[in-house]
Amino acid sequence: MGIKWDEFFVTGDPLIFASQIGIALTLVGALAGLTYFKKWNYLWSEWFTTVDHKKIGIMYILLGVVMFFRGGIDGLMMKGQTAVPENEFLNAQHYNEVFTTHGVIMILFVAMPLLIGLMNFVIPLQIGARDVAFPQLNALSFWLTVSGAALFNISFIIGGSPDAGWTSYFPLAGKEFSPGIGNNFYAVALQIAGAGTLMTGINFVVTVLKMRTKGMTLMKMPMFTWTSFITSIIIVASFPIFTVALALMTFDRTFGTHFFTISGGGMDMLWANLFWLWGHPEVYIVVLPAFGMLSDIISTFARKTLYGYKSMVISIVMISVLSMLVWVHHFFTMGNSAGVNSFFSITTMAIAIPTGVKVFNWLFTMRKGRIKFTTAMLWALAFVPNFVIGGVTGVMLAMAAADYQYHNTLFLVAHFHYVLIPGVVFPIFAGLYFWWPKMFGYMLNEKIGKWHFWLFVVGFNVTFMPMFFLGLDGAVRRAYTYSAETGFGPLMMISAVGSVILAAGFAALVYNIYWSARNADRNIGNDPWDARTLEWATATPVQHYNFASLPEVTKLDAFWHMKKNNELQPLTEDEIEEIHLPSNTWIPIYMGVIFGISGFLLVFEWTIAAGIAALGILAGLAFRSFDYDEGFHVHKDEIFETESKWRKSAKKGVKNHVS
Amino acid sequence: MSAKVNAALPLEYQTEQNRMNILGFWVFLGAEIVLFATLFGVYGVLGERYAGGPTQKDIFIVKDVMIQTFLLLTSSFTMGISIFEMRRSNIKGMLMWLVFTLLLGGGFLFMEIREFIHYVHEGATMQTSAFLSSFFVLLGTHGLHVTIGIGWAILLIIQILQRGLTPITARKAFIFGLYWHFLDVVWIFIFTFVYLQGLVM
Repeated sequence: MGIKWDEFFVTGDPLIFASQIGIALTLVGALAGLTYFKKWNYLWSEWFTTVDHKKIGIMYILLGVVMFFRGGIDGLMMKGQTAVPENEFLNAQHYNEVFTTHGVIMILFVAMPLLIGLMNFVIPLQIGARDVAFPQLNALSFWLTVSGAALFNISFIIGGSPDAGWTSYFPLAGKEFSPGIGNNFYAVALQIAGAGTLMTGINFVVTVLKMRTKGMTLMKMPMFTWTSFITSIIIVASFPIFTVALALMTFDRTFGTHFFTISGGGMDMLWANLFWLWGHPEVYIVVLPAFGMLSDIISTFARKTLYGYKSMVISIVMISVLSMLVWVHHFFTMGNSAGVNSFFSITTMAIAIPTGVKVFNWLFTMRKGRIKFTTAMLWALAFVPNFVIGGVTGVMLAMAAADYQYHNTLFLVAHFHYVLIPGVVFPIFAGLYFWWPKMFGYMLNEKIGKWHFWLFVVGFNVTFMPMFFLGLDGAVRRAYTYSAETGFGPLMMISAVGSVILAAGFAALVYNIYWSARNADRNIGNDPWDARTLEWATATPVQHYNFASLPEVTKLDAFWHMKKNNELQPLTEDEIEEIHLPSNTWIPIYMGVIFGISGFLLVFEWTIAAGIAALGILAGLAFRSFDYDEGFHVHKDEIFETESKWRKSAKKGVKNHVS
Repeated sequence: MSAKVNAALPLEYQTEQNRMNILGFWVFLGAEIVLFATLFGVYGVLGERYAGGPTQKDIFIVKDVMIQTFLLLTSSFTMGISIFEMRRSNIKGMLMWLVFTLLLGGGFLFMEIREFIHYVHEGATMQTSAFLSSFFVLLGTHGLHVTIGIGWAILLIIQILQRGLTPITARKAFIFGLYWHFLDVVWIFIFTFVYLQGLVM
């Protein structure tokens, strides 16, 4: 197997040396701090072994925010490199690594954990359930995501980062042209995280189908639940394709098979097809839940029922079907026949129809509404024009013939940032401001929030708008430098300045979290936004059992109607029953660790050692199989005490904090 | 979550959690279908790219494949009887048929490993050509599933011996049954689209 010690640590680059020292110091500091303040036990019993969907959701969000920082630094480095012609801040290899990790991290370790985090926290509450269908599996999903993220992130100090782009096209990503182990990190880390995501998909399909509270038919579900449900179905239908593609990549790179290499009869286009068969639906996996959040937030702050609820549902189902039928538009120029390109051109443009329906529904929801301009609502409002720019340029790219001109230029890069940032990041920010009080019991500061909003939105446009024009002028993507004669310099500089403003916006969010955690008012009642859906019907922050008695639903926007019809009766003592909950377990975090170790050994192609470590995975499964823990019951007295406390404070009239 | 028991239903469906687990497993099987469909697709694309190496006709042995098919299909049948005995609360019969299933599955696996060793001796390894890469990975994935299934069934038998038939052990046995039948279905596709088609090509 040939142990590759000489490739173990990445050496020679001062930037990376500094990060290595930084990471080592942070680790030592964190470990020492935890030991000094005796927090190990608290962390272990309250967080690491938890199966509570709310805590798992919060940990997902934490992971996403931390990864956002890493992915953002990558972005800043790229912008710094291309700000002026012939810059020598990063060399070509380093630039390749940075744009590869930027893409992977932003999609798979920022967008996904943040969305799945919010899904985890919100969905069971929105459908009036006590937990997800499989709480232990949920914890396992989370720890596998962490494991994959950790493995992917150590690549830049140990072994070397992947450098073949986030799409990792063959033959470039093969052993011949990428001989180091960087692309092994890509194959293995994404495999582990992907397994976690697949299980999340299965979990939420069953949760939504089976755990809805009494009276909540499918057509009475809040939009965020609907979109998350459809997203989960797309996950189940598309992630196994990625699993296979990554496994075949690992086989090609580690065991010398011929799936994607030209020698031995393999086919590089097979990779492109498999990758985008997953990769295109993945775009909708991240966009749909974000659309759902917008629907809930817009109807809350426009104080109206969502316009065209049924057409919304139909359009997300249509989008989900079409999302599986468009993948070839990612490689119109790679030698398909005109017939194939025409088919995929038409299916691609067809997606604009249901998406357009949704945009108009949001606009009609706001029409004649008494809009409250909270920070969450501002994000939702900013979504509309910015996302429309992304959508329109998408239709431009969807024309196969025209795509021969735009493809592989910064125009494309600008397009998908205009889709993914307004379409995913804005809604996530909106969702964070909106649900933050439910998660932590205090609100994020609205004033700092507005700084965050304006810096981010302005920075975003200043960064990516010039890239449309650069692309039309012929600036190719993924080029680490360009000469002054191209004339790209000024626009590139503007774009780089924009990215700094963007980063300042993110810093404002971090500051907001810090400031609000210290100073925000804790006495906000259970329903600070005067909201419409069930998650606001329970205490803030939510008790560990979610609902003392499960609510009964008769209409869409159930909580709103309960408030209007004064149906929110105080709970009487004899209505309270013991609540059954699952116990904490160490198995999921153990599985995350052992998957990480096996994966790490496999990355270095130490296959025998990896095989031995993988026995630990089987041991974990066997342990789980023999685990007959029945969970525990929450005692009536405890429920009564908690419930009377928050209901009293809710009554005092601190409701509707913002009006 | 709910421990409410509905005794009118078969044992494995009696609790709400059980019903969710079974539905969840069906959804998981949906993902498995996509996984195998992708592998079949890959085989469909690469199956005639021999790169000068052996073809299907050169290496496949009809008799051995027929034996493998017979073993696996029979094991699916005995699995069915095992669940039938479970429904009749006959633990002894259930376990006996489960052990038969295991033995037949083990026989299948033995034949498959022998087949692979034979190919490798003939110089047909997964590094030889794209056809063989896709062949070994498709068949290997199925074989790995059978191997995991055998380990799973052994754990299951131990638990049924320890605890008897409860809603939980019954649910576990039922889900294992679904899994085993699924492997059988996948094999029918392998038999048709890999072996039969390869021999008549």
